[in-house]
Amino acid sequence: MPDTMIGQSPIRIDGRAKVTGAARYPSDVVVPNPAWAFLVTSAIALGRITAIEEAEARAVPGVLEILTHRNMRGTVRDAGFFAAGGYAAETIRPLEDDRIWHDGQIVAMVLADSFEAAREAAFRLRVDYAAVTPAAGFGSASATTEPAAKARQGHEDPQVGDADAAFAAAPVKIEADYATPTQHHNPIELFTTTALWEGGKLVIHEPSQYVTGIRHGVATQLGLDPQQVRVESHYVGGAFGSKGSLTQRTALVAIAARRLGRPVKLVPTRDQGFTIATYRAETRQHVKLAADRDGKLQALVHEGTEVTSRPDPYKVAGTQTTARMYDCPNVRTKVTLLHADRNTPGFMRSPPEVPYMFALESAVDELAVALKLDPIELRRRNDSKKEPIKGLPWSSRGLMRCYEAGAEAFGWSRRNPEPRSMREGDWLIGWGCASTIYPTHIGAATARVTLTPDGQARVQTAAHDIGTGAYTVIAQAAAEMLGLPLEKVQVALGDSDLPPAPVAGGSNTTASVCNVVAEACGQIRARLARAAVEDGPLKGRDPASLKLVSGELRAADGTAEALPEAMSRAANGAIEAYAEYLPQGMPKESMRKLYSGKQALGGGIAEGPLAMAAFGAEFVEVRVHARTAEVRVPRVLGAFAAGRIVNPRTARSQLMGGLIWGIGSALHEETEIDHGRARYVNDNILEYLIPVNADAPKVEVMLLEETDTGVNPLGIKGLGELGNVGTNAAIANAVFHATGRRARELPIRIESLL
Amino acid sequence: MRPFTYDRADAVPAALRAAGSGASSYLAGGTTLLDLMKLDVMRPERVVDITPLASRLGGIEAGPQGLRLGALAHMSAVADDAMVRRDYPVIAESLALAASGQLRNMATLGGNVLQRTRCNYFRDVSYAACNKRRPGSGCSALDGVTRLHAVLGTSEHCIASYPGDFAQALLALDGTVELEGPQGPRRIPFAELHRLPGDTPHLETTLAPGELITGFGVPPLPWARRSVYLKVRDRESYAFAVASAAVALDLDGGRVREARIALGGVATRPWRAREAEAVLAGQVLDEAAAQRAAEAAFRDARTHGDNDFKPELGRRTLVRALFQAQRLGA
Repeated sequence: MPDTMIGQSPIRIDGRAKVTGAARYPSDVVVPNPAWAFLVTSAIALGRITAIEEAEARAVPGVLEILTHRNMRGTVRDAGFFAAGGYAAETIRPLEDDRIWHDGQIVAMVLADSFEAAREAAFRLRVDYAAVTPAAGFGSASATTEPAAKARQGHEDPQVGDADAAFAAAPVKIEADYATPTQHHNPIELFTTTALWEGGKLVIHEPSQYVTGIRHGVATQLGLDPQQVRVESHYVGGAFGSKGSLTQRTALVAIAARRLGRPVKLVPTRDQGFTIATYRAETRQHVKLAADRDGKLQALVHEGTEVTSRPDPYKVAGTQTTARMYDCPNVRTKVTLLHADRNTPGFMRSPPEVPYMFALESAVDELAVALKLDPIELRRRNDSKKEPIKGLPWSSRGLMRCYEAGAEAFGWSRRNPEPRSMREGDWLIGWGCASTIYPTHIGAATARVTLTPDGQARVQTAAHDIGTGAYTVIAQAAAEMLGLPLEKVQVALGDSDLPPAPVAGGSNTTASVCNVVAEACGQIRARLARAAVEDGPLKGRDPASLKLVSGELRAADGTAEALPEAMSRAANGAIEAYAEYLPQGMPKESMRKLYSGKQALGGGIAEGPLAMAAFGAEFVEVRVHARTAEVRVPRVLGAFAAGRIVNPRTARSQLMGGLIWGIGSALHEETEIDHGRARYVNDNILEYLIPVNADAPKVEVMLLEETDTGVNPLGIKGLGELGNVGTNAAIANAVFHATGRRARELPIRIESLL
Repeated sequence: MRPFTYDRADAVPAALRAAGSGASSYLAGGTTLLDLMKLDVMRPERVVDITPLASRLGGIEAGPQGLRLGALAHMSAVADDAMVRRDYPVIAESLALAASGQLRNMATLGGNVLQRTRCNYFRDVSYAACNKRRPGSGCSALDGVTRLHAVLGTSEHCIASYPGDFAQALLALDGTVELEGPQGPRRIPFAELHRLPGDTPHLETTLAPGELITGFGVPPLPWARRSVYLKVRDRESYAFAVASAAVALDLDGGRVREARIALGGVATRPWRAREAEAVLAGQVLDEAAAQRAAEAAFRDARTHGDNDFKPELGRRTLVRALFQAQRLGA
């Protein structure tokens, strides 16, 4: 066994269970004698329900009940918008009245003895509407806008200096508009919910990135004590942000189970997933970038408008990141929200950075062309030790090291900078690059670690493994701190009855949870050490000097006591530690928020005292057919510096998945919206395109070493959302290099280049 | 899905009897039918499973009389057949480039040519207006999202595109369809199988009620070895054609004796581009001739906003396919 587990690449401890089918995802949970729920969703985006004809549906054999606003009004209480201190992904209460706010809103839930009967009855339920012309988004007459600073308490648009004057005076400048599309996560595990009442206690099985949040949110909606609600989500079949907040369905299923007096299982359809959960909203952005003749940035103006729903001011505001990316003395940013008759957007992998870094990194490439300067060299000349808005020093910033290593591996020096200069037969070849960044978030977390006399450790925390490898990295942290082999560590996650941990969002889990687990293990070590210095081979030693290594408690000179003896000296049986970790610089109320299921992540690049982020450089080769303009990506390479890598194997998978997602984001993904009707059209995963294997033939990930103890005691930076940030712009920049055409609107499809 | 009667037939006459002439559907691979039943778009009262007929209707026979393909041959089997690949590459390619490996292993040729449109307004019953689904109800696509809709063969009642690939290959090679029905067997040119939408877009084929496709024939055509299926799509695999072209060329040195051209992804039915073929006949195949042929093929194109780019892409696709075929050694 290696002395250190952190930094090793063990295979996933849950891998065997997953590939053999033993792992039980929430959708797989079998409950006794369930009733089955099927949703009916609205066929219009705005208006009112005028009639519901239930007779034909109720006549289907096996139908038990149909929930509509007529028998549900006033049942579900307000849980509040998550971004305003509440729990819910949206403020519209389920089945509250006859009003339709968006396409695909839940208008009825049919309950039956079988899934088939529920579905057939749903087909036979007739809902009539009085429709009003809706606003679909940009360009819709009835859409309204408001500055984010007005819509959201605490929102500030970063700025410094006088960007407009500096832009006017600068000798080299570019100005352009960029657009990013609507995207949906489409996790393979659908948005299912299973609810059952055991005595007075409600148990919910639902794939979730925040079991504690769901517990408290549903308790609020149903007027229960949070202790009466248990939410289990031990495995999650894909989430990407879509399972981070409470959606309407959960309370409905819970209420249905209570009314019927039996468990209820809801399996929504793929297309319903487009409207009953969240998505990445489309943006329009305007960027002005200016430099002196040497390529030193003089001014950045970045203005973004984002679509949100009519009632909720959801925002991503990626200008917080783009304003700080490079050393620029004059910056002005502004974020505006556009309210349309749409469901409320929500988190989607790297929510702020994906749209806004596409615009910035495209603009940087455009400026490099205007300067006749290599785009990497331009970034080097504007690298920084501090972020420019508040002057916070970067805790570490590996950006240029990533460019150097990535460029070398990619062969960047062989690139002819002239557009359309590289070609193979009918295929135009382009090479492009872009920076990637993801702020290092961290949150208050708690965990219980139990060491039993047989030398087994059990870690319990209500964190989540959404396919990222959290089970494994948490086990590695405990194994390292307790000096145990990995197989002696068990990890329990995804259960709201466990000590609370943050939402699996913002790439915080590894940093937050490994640090609290380390703290709990430290408590156990301290207790063992205190007992060991009383008697035995370590008698009289300084307890602080003793370490748990390879199954023994060991002093610096090698004197040691085996763990069983040390255990028996300290306790009659097991030793248990409960730890709370409040990251440095975070307010104390963060811990109270954690216990009440609120979302309260800290860290990042704007709060201080340090600006903390992981960085990377992404390189792509594209091929564009000279006649028919299909864009293909034969290879992509990312070099990343993300602090201490707990498990290079799972880290590599995260980053590789991010790069592949980036290919899809740049070239494939777009939820198409029927503008007149404000409805999603390609709401299935055959026409909502994502890359297939053949679209990502060669994906290389380079992990650079980086030591950064400023971010947290273990030096961990989150990287789950780092990989897919730079890819959009890297591909657009490569397409420009291949074709001489600048694509400023995503996705880049055939018609963009004809 | 709504309740239906399920029958399983182990002989053609039994299948015809079971289907009768009512609201029946034959079930083979099920890759279209089951999808559309789950979406409540197709509501057959009776489903007749004909997979037991595969032993008789699943053959692939190539010989001096041409090619005969059983209706229940799987797409993957035909795509991988060595004779088909050598003598009729356009057929093998059209099948290999369609769908996914899993679907090609399930789907049959007979079902494939009857695949329903991917028009989302057809596939989603929450849209009240769809003349294909509910005759006379209107067409939601006309003012909707039309990126994948047709530009050839449309009518004011329907602009849904025909989604398949194999049909273009059959059409280009003058294939035939073998049918069995209540009135006995018959054989028709493949070109007569699909209808234009006109004012009856719900009638997609000329099949009589209860009629069953039993096979396809392709006449002997030695120069079909010089044929290609070019499929332009948004990703590298598992995507419908944005535009496609099936091309076979009979060349006499640089000169075209005869060209066969069918277009996919751009039309309401499998689309034979006879005007383009006529332009090429007797001509030297160079850039100018190819462009003239492409112009002729899309002369009557009508677009609806999102698909404004399709005539241009269709022309480029055809030109690229012509040169690709020209480069082949026959």
